[in-house]
Order: sequence, then C-alpha cells, then structure tokens
Amino acid sequence: MLKTNLCGVRLKNPLMLAAGVLGSHASSLNWILESGAGAVVSKSFSKDPNDGYKNPTTVAVEGGIINAIGLSSPGVEAFKEELEDVNRVKGRSIASIYGANPEEFAYVAGKVEDLVDMIELNVSCPHAMEGYGASIGQNPKLTYDVVNAVKEAVDVPVLAKLTPNVTDISEIAVSAENAGADGLTLINSLGPGMKIDIVTGNPILANKFGGMSGPAIKPIAVRCVYDAYEATDIPIVGVGGIRNYADVVEFLYAGASAVQIGTSIMYEGPEIFGRISSDLEEFIEDSEFDSIKDMVGFGHK
Amino acid sequence: MVINDGHSVGLSFLRFGDRMNVPQVIEIKKIIEETPTIKTFIFDWTMVGENIPTPGQFVMVWNFKDEKPMSVSYIDVHKGEFGITVKKVGPFTEDLHSLKEGDKLGIRGPYGNGFDTNLKGMRVLAIGGGVGMAPIASFTEEALRKKAIVDVVCAAQTKDELLFDERLKARGAKVYTCTDDGSCGFKGFATHRVLQLIEHKEYDWAVVCGPEVMMRPLYGSLEAHMIEGEYSMERYMKCAIGVCGQCCVDKTGWRICAEGPVFSSDQVSEIVEFGKFHRTASGLKEYF
Repeated sequence: MLKTNLCGVRLKNPLMLAAGVLGSHASSLNWILESGAGAVVSKSFSKDPNDGYKNPTTVAVEGGIINAIGLSSPGVEAFKEELEDVNRVKGRSIASIYGANPEEFAYVAGKVEDLVDMIELNVSCPHAMEGYGASIGQNPKLTYDVVNAVKEAVDVPVLAKLTPNVTDISEIAVSAENAGADGLTLINSLGPGMKIDIVTGNPILANKFGGMSGPAIKPIAVRCVYDAYEATDIPIVGVGGIRNYADVVEFLYAGASAVQIGTSIMYEGPEIFGRISSDLEEFIEDSEFDSIKDMVGFGHK
Repeated sequence: MVINDGHSVGLSFLRFGDRMNVPQVIEIKKIIEETPTIKTFIFDWTMVGENIPTPGQFVMVWNFKDEKPMSVSYIDVHKGEFGITVKKVGPFTEDLHSLKEGDKLGIRGPYGNGFDTNLKGMRVLAIGGGVGMAPIASFTEEALRKKAIVDVVCAAQTKDELLFDERLKARGAKVYTCTDDGSCGFKGFATHRVLQLIEHKEYDWAVVCGPEVMMRPLYGSLEAHMIEGEYSMERYMKCAIGVCGQCCVDKTGWRICAEGPVFSSDQVSEIVEFGKFHRTASGLKEYF
C-alpha cells in the first residue's frame, strides 16, 4: 500500500532519510534502511576531502536545531567505499553531492552513478563556503548550469535540492526543471539563523550562523512544495520538520511524491521510520485513498 | 496511531531544546592538578532528572573556540557538583589547562549511556589507561556505593601520571598500579597486568576505558576468561545529539553519542572498527 515510484525508481514506501543526517557511513545508512526507510540519501560529499567547520557545529533552538557542519566530506574516492557497502536490496541509495562549479558536480556524479539509484544535487546548503551550496541555488542561471552538466554526465535520475532562502522558489524550480532535473527536493535548511549565548555574548556556532531544521520549519517547507508543484511538472520530494505520519500526509497533499526525514531522528532515533510507515499505512487504510500516488497534490483545490 | 499531543511535545522540547542541547555557560568552581599533565575541573550543576550525570556519560565542553566531548570523572549529587578530568594533548586541552578558577566554560549534556553500576555483591575488575581513568573513577565510586567489590587496574606511562589511584584506594577499592617504565607497581602495560590478575583471581564483571590499542587486546583476554563487561569508546564528535552521523561506528552504525559511549562485550564484538580505525572530521578513516 505504501509502494510508490519516484522518477522511475520504485520505493517500498515514500519515506527517505534526508541528506546530512546519519549519512556519513554505509553502516548508519544500512541501519536506517533496516529501520524501515524506503531510501537513504548520503551526507553530501565532494571531489576532495574537507574537514568542515570547528565545533560547536550544532545547537538546539526552539522547534529544532541550527547547524553549520560546513559540508565535511572524505572526498569521492573514499566515499565510494561507503556507497559500495550500502545494502541496496533493503532500499534505495541516493548520493548527495556538492561542488564549486558544474564541472565538479559532473565529475563527482560520474564517479558514483553506478553505485546509486539516484543523485541529489546540494545546491542549497546555507552555511557552505563561498561559491558553494546556496550561492548556486539562489541563482537560476547557476542552478541551470549545474543541473544541466550533471544530466549530461549521468544516466541515473537527478534530483535538485533547493533552498527556501530565495525570493521566489518557483523561479529556481522551473530553472532546474528546464535544465533536465528529474525531480526536486524541497527544502534544505532555513535561514541561516543564529543563537547567541547571553552570558558571554558569543554566537554559539563556530561558524556563527547555520541552517535551521526541525519541526518549526515545516510550514515553510509545505508552502515551498505547494508552490513548486504548481510551477513545475516533475516529482517533488518534501523535506522539513517531519515528525509523524500527519506531517507526511500534509507534504503529500502539498504535492510531494515522497518525503525525507532528518532532524526528528534526534527525538527518537532511526525507529522513527518504522513508526511513521505503519501509522501512514493505517491512515491510508482508513481513508478514501488507495495509494500514495492518489494523495499527491490533493491539497491543490 | 499517535500524534504527539501538545503536552508531550512541550515536554520533549524542554528536554531536548531548552536545556540539554544548548551550552550552559558556567564558572569553573575548582581546579585540581591531578598529575603534571592532567587537571580536574569542578562545576556546580543542577541535579534534576536527566541533567544528573551518571558514570560513563560525557558532556560537551565549549571554550568559545571549539567544543569537545569530555567524560564525567566526579559526580556528587548531594553537593550539586560534577567534574571532568582533562589531559593536555592538543590546542583545545592546552587552552582548558590555562584557565583559572572562576573562568567560564560552556557545558551541555550529559549525553550517552553510562556504565551499569547495579553490581551488588559482584567481583568487578575496573581497568583504566591514562586519562581513561576518568570515567573508571566515577564508575568505581558508584559501584562501591552499591556494594560491588571493585578491583582497579590503574595504568599510566610513569608514576607521576597515575590518575585517581589514591582516590579509589581511599574509597575502599583494591588498586593495582601499573606503569610502562616500572616506576610504580607492575612494570608493563595494563594488558599484561590484567592477564596476570585474571589468571589468579575470579571476576564476574569488567569495565574498561583507555586507548583502543589497549582495550582491543584486553577485550580478547577478558573474553577468553569469560569475563563479561562494558567498554567505553571515543570518536570525533560534532552534534552529540544523534543527528550528524559523524560518530557512527562500523558495521552496526551505532552512534557513540547516543547508543554509546559505553558498550557491552556483546556489542563490542559487533563493532568491527574497535581497536582498528576511527574517522577524522572529514570522515576519512585513520588506522590506530
């Protein structure tokens, strides 16, 4: 009943692990798959190794966390070993990649396409180094160039993960679609935001600011999915603050074909995937819907 | 089918958001020079609910430049104090060592699963190598309070660097010291001292903390003698709240910050990287 299809890739359920959460090693990705996720997205990786920022890299705020990990990555050569060990019998494996320019994205994508079911492009990290992440995804032309270069380099479906930190997300979504993106992932973390310690006056994160995630950002994510669904004709993966089956239903109604879960793992661990999928199944049984597909876009009246 | 009602959501935000996961900037109440390279820092602490540290748990320590996990070495619930014990090994710990009483640090936690201390009547062998004695000391005090019989193997490179041997003797543990250079007690590694001990004495349980190159052979010896127990591990840590994935271990994927840092013997057998490699901040493997 939960089976669905995303850009031609079959999923046993629409629940995916979001990039940047428990996605650095094959071992944790496999744990998430065993816990019931239909697919996992790796932590974003790049061509060359990168240490990321110093700690503190994460701090709690009302309704979630803000983080500035800083795109730490062991580099594509080392990360290939992890991707090789992901148990693709249990579920689907998606590589999240980042780079400084279209050539770097295309290079990394080409290196891993045989090891994964899909590739997600991180053009939306709000705490990336100059020239990376959201500085690409806030510009329709740069977004087009990155998506286009990767599409020319690989045959697996390509998702563009976009940032909500733009004036008009539809404009960027259309640009990614025109460049050939097979789907969109909405949204990356919000902001950036900041938390200051009131005893010393220091911003707590070493990078001073970071991307906000968690239940508090969900309404914004739902709205972005809703807008992109109206503006484009490609599947959307909804992400932002999902904590229970009702949140998933909201995203499906807004127009998402699948969803990703990340920060909420801190509340209850990887078991969240099993719990939400059984609750979602129960919801559909009691509803007028026969499948996930029937629910997609139901909120567009 | 359960949607969290407002009440439980509110409570969990209090637990995860408002208190534990934001550094509390507090004064260093007292500094104790334990050895030429090791100092203990004592803090006043509100001992309520999950705020109360247990032996084997750790806190994240923020010096306003960087933040690192440190295991809890002193717990006094009645006085409302806890302590961490820090060896000078790099820029972060050097900075901590330069601080004075009354200076401030940010502390969040406590985090992770600690040692089982409900070991009444059991014959326990507690083994600590170097600053690995920090959680072993808080464990030993708690286990003694709960009427366990605890022998401690306290290992260091040299006599001056022995940590908490006198403290635990005073509490009633039998302490076997062991130094690499033979300047105090047995001459040689903890591994050898433990082998000698377990061939002559019966133990029901062991707890171990120290460098993994020490814990790995110890695990082999203790398993061979059918002595079950718990081992405390350490990995490069970022969020410490179970989301970032930096501290996950192969092949189970367990998070050192959430499922660890203390693991049972049976769990250790599933951690294939134990004693072999760890991952750096970038995620690259580094072999011990």
